[in-house]
Amino acid sequence: MREVICIVCPRGCRLQVDETSYAVTGNHCERGADYGAQEVKAPTRTLTSTVRLTGSHILRRCPVKTNGTIPKALMLDAAKALDAIEVSVPVHVGQVLVENLLGTGVALVATRAINE
Amino acid sequence: MKHYQLIVIGGGPAGLAAAIAAWNAGLREVLIIERDQVLGGILNQCIHNGFGLTHFKEELTGPEYAGRFIDQLAQTGVEVKCDTMVLQLTQDRQVICTGPAGYEILHAQSIVLAMGCRERTRGAIQTPGDRPAGIYTAGTAQRYLNIEGYMVGKRVVILGSGDIGLIMARRMTLEGAKVLACVEVMPHSSGLTRNIVQCLHDYDIPLYLSHTVTDIRGHGRLEQLVVSEVDANRKPIPGTEMIFDCDTLLLSVGLLPENELTRMAGIEMDPRTNGAVVFENNETSIPGIFSCGNVLQVHDLVDFVSAEAIRAGEAAATYVLHPGEGSGEVLTVGPGLDVSYTVPQRIRPAQAGAGVEIFFRVRRVTGSAVILVRCGEQVVAKFRREHMAPGEMEHIRVPKALLPQGPAHLEVSIEEAAQ
Amino acid sequence: MKDVAIIGCGVIGAAMAYTLSKYQLDITVLEKHSDVASGTTKANSAIIHAGYDPQPNTLMAKLNVEGNLMAGEIAEKLSVPFRRVGSLVLALSEAELPHIQELYRRGLANGVPGITLLSREETLKKEPNLTDTVCGSLWAPSAGIIDPWEYATAMAETAVVNGVDLRLNTKVESITAQADSFVIHTNRGDVQARYLVSAAGVDAAAVRSMLETPSYQIMPSRGEYYLLDRSEGQVVGSVVFQCPNELGKGVLVSPTVHGNLIVGPNAVPAEGAEDNKVTADGLAFVAAAAKRSVPGLNLGANIRNFAGVRANSDQDAFRIERSERYPHLVDLAGIKSPGLSAAPAIAFYAAKLLLEAGLELVAKEHFVDRREKIRFASLSDEERAALIARDPTYGRVICRCQTITEGEILAALRSPIPPRSINAIKRRTGAGMGRCQGGFCSPRVHELIVRELGIDPLDVCLEDEGSELLVGETKTGGAL
Repeated sequence: MREVICIVCPRGCRLQVDETSYAVTGNHCERGADYGAQEVKAPTRTLTSTVRLTGSHILRRCPVKTNGTIPKALMLDAAKALDAIEVSVPVHVGQVLVENLLGTGVALVATRAINE
Repeated sequence: MKHYQLIVIGGGPAGLAAAIAAWNAGLREVLIIERDQVLGGILNQCIHNGFGLTHFKEELTGPEYAGRFIDQLAQTGVEVKCDTMVLQLTQDRQVICTGPAGYEILHAQSIVLAMGCRERTRGAIQTPGDRPAGIYTAGTAQRYLNIEGYMVGKRVVILGSGDIGLIMARRMTLEGAKVLACVEVMPHSSGLTRNIVQCLHDYDIPLYLSHTVTDIRGHGRLEQLVVSEVDANRKPIPGTEMIFDCDTLLLSVGLLPENELTRMAGIEMDPRTNGAVVFENNETSIPGIFSCGNVLQVHDLVDFVSAEAIRAGEAAATYVLHPGEGSGEVLTVGPGLDVSYTVPQRIRPAQAGAGVEIFFRVRRVTGSAVILVRCGEQVVAKFRREHMAPGEMEHIRVPKALLPQGPAHLEVSIEEAAQ
Repeated sequence: MKDVAIIGCGVIGAAMAYTLSKYQLDITVLEKHSDVASGTTKANSAIIHAGYDPQPNTLMAKLNVEGNLMAGEIAEKLSVPFRRVGSLVLALSEAELPHIQELYRRGLANGVPGITLLSREETLKKEPNLTDTVCGSLWAPSAGIIDPWEYATAMAETAVVNGVDLRLNTKVESITAQADSFVIHTNRGDVQARYLVSAAGVDAAAVRSMLETPSYQIMPSRGEYYLLDRSEGQVVGSVVFQCPNELGKGVLVSPTVHGNLIVGPNAVPAEGAEDNKVTADGLAFVAAAAKRSVPGLNLGANIRNFAGVRANSDQDAFRIERSERYPHLVDLAGIKSPGLSAAPAIAFYAAKLLLEAGLELVAKEHFVDRREKIRFASLSDEERAALIARDPTYGRVICRCQTITEGEILAALRSPIPPRSINAIKRRTGAGMGRCQGGFCSPRVHELIVRELGIDPLDVCLEDEGSELLVGETKTGGAL
């Protein structure tokens, strides 16, 4: 049994996860069960960061996120990879900046509409 | 003097939600005044995810959450003045504001206060030592990093375990900084547990509870911090000093509602929340002036800010469209044992609808416990919780039928079940 | 060859430069910091004392009373915030009454105007928030509160406007005396001058030692303070002093010209000009002492603690003197309290010493003796509207706590001594001085400095070089 604190919502449930069957107890929702099992199998996280922005007179960076979770072990590498990305205005929310970030199959998308 | 049905002061999450709600409730002359160049408030720099699970039933980042409201606002006829700061609010709801477009005196039938909060500073916690560069509030560092694109330091200690500090620990780490420690004077974290896990544990950043910074050293730039353990009275214990060589100290030591305009208008304040005293519909002691969001009470979740702001916006609309319905008996509400404040502080049962929501914070971490609402000796309502902590705002809903008749005082307290 | 070199541009050096800039002289001021008013002038009680403290018939007494009078005139001409709010010295016990009576006698002898002894009731009527154990007080209506930064800056700016050459970031390393001049070697080259005035504050003895062994020692003394939110600015209406007692000199509680409340200082030996830390013990002492005057003091409203280092010497008097060995050297040393109050009188006195030494003082035909400054927050609604219509940057509030506009910051950046650091902007305009302590406005002030002065964002400092705010840019490239 491994104890995992759920990060799916602010409630922060203490989950008990069986390391062989991945059965989860202590969760208050289904998403918590999924999280607990995944956290023991292969933990993943959403990456949020920024990329360089050109053409805006009010902002120098555009906020971004991975459009799904990526392996936790890849977080630092993925963050570093964003150094090479640049986007120009206009930007729309959900605009795909990288289709497949570091081979994870997860896209990197803009999280703010920037028109000027 | 230009006239409005409603002026909303502040275009962050609270102001946006209040203005949209007031429009949807039928007001047509609504103005938002925002001091920044764009709407969205502090959410613009909160680029992390975790917002919207309650309100939108999906996980969003701060800019996305704000963006949804900004898009909704664009569907209404609400007028917006950005880059404009309110300098004064009067009792008769005159609003004096300034911006590059001009200096104006406006009037409104109703006002929603949604100015948000600011961070407590080194001055507030009176940390001894030198005054070098490299000491930032977490929010200022967040702005430099996420909006301006600059790193404020390379070796970082975070004082206080507020959520912004925890989020910044992860952000700075992902941008290549070394976060050496997070230091919290209380025996418990003041941030959400999920943030301790995903921002500190994930990156092996130690959290020192019951510790504080006892000396700051450095002349040009910060060079060294001394961190000491504190006793139960939060006094440093000699002999427990640890020295950190670092160039940056981020402060995440609490938020304070920005109520200068509120005080200037003569609105009754609650010293416990540093916000206005409000009724069940978020109306302050001056009829027609409402308060919501972090200017009323410091929230930990923006979803609750939005919910509170929608109530305030709807109440402002009711005040304008259906005047004269604000009378009736008044109950007072306040904190009892192990509760630090309540919002609202006044209830008019006649206006309570089906019931009233009461928000509060506990003073200490509890296991299984009961929330008691008392009127004198009599317990009016009871609510059970498995776990409560000061970092997490609690909220109960008292059905109207349970509210006492006539003027009375309700006290909210907690009682922990015997282990 | 310069006529006069002045070492140091604190309030004394600035007053000296201002005073001498009235005459047809070629003057250079050397300041080691990146801004004027960066030593003792930067952190003190900000009081213009009435002049009842110094012993009668001393130079200090004369310069204090004269300086107080001159401060009013200069503040008026150069647009410096100054308010004669008066001061009280409290007798907190019967035993302290003789002390205030002695100060009263000194005040009369020193020619302090309007000085009066007040009864307990009169004292409490004037200041209702004082302890009700007060037994009486000494009232001096000519005492005032000033913005010491702006006082020094205004005089320095006026000097620059009138042709004085001010060199910042210029540290004096050694001085060579020649037959008719001094050669001052600095980190930025040599300066040769016929006359030399040292106004070096905490470094006075070090500078004097570059030429001869001084007959005094500088004994720097640190004083720690609380600065409370403007919500507490009305707690007292005047400067409230205590009598010195066995615990020390006693601390003051006073309003500031910015509307805050200042509380302090203690007095502990300092290791040097940089030893301006605040300590838990020092603050605890100040808090306890101040509460003897104002028991209800709300230190929870503290917005900033700071400490200043006084340039005290080992002697009671100011050490204002012409060197016997080098008659063209005037040393302004040991400028302890009431140095800020006496500053313009010290400068006037020093000018007389230079005249005696042979410096020709011929008045300039066109001396600019005015300085205008726009303070948005103190304007009426009509004035604000007109100002914004003329220049929209005055409509944009940058510092929300103190209501400081972009126009005011731009004006400072275009002034005769452009501020280059965040703290220099704070000293010029008040931006960042309020309750959020620059949390909201410092990134915007930063941006204005970069835009207006054309410097790299990474080079912007909090104060002097070495106090850079940022360590790098994010997203500086890489491979995906």
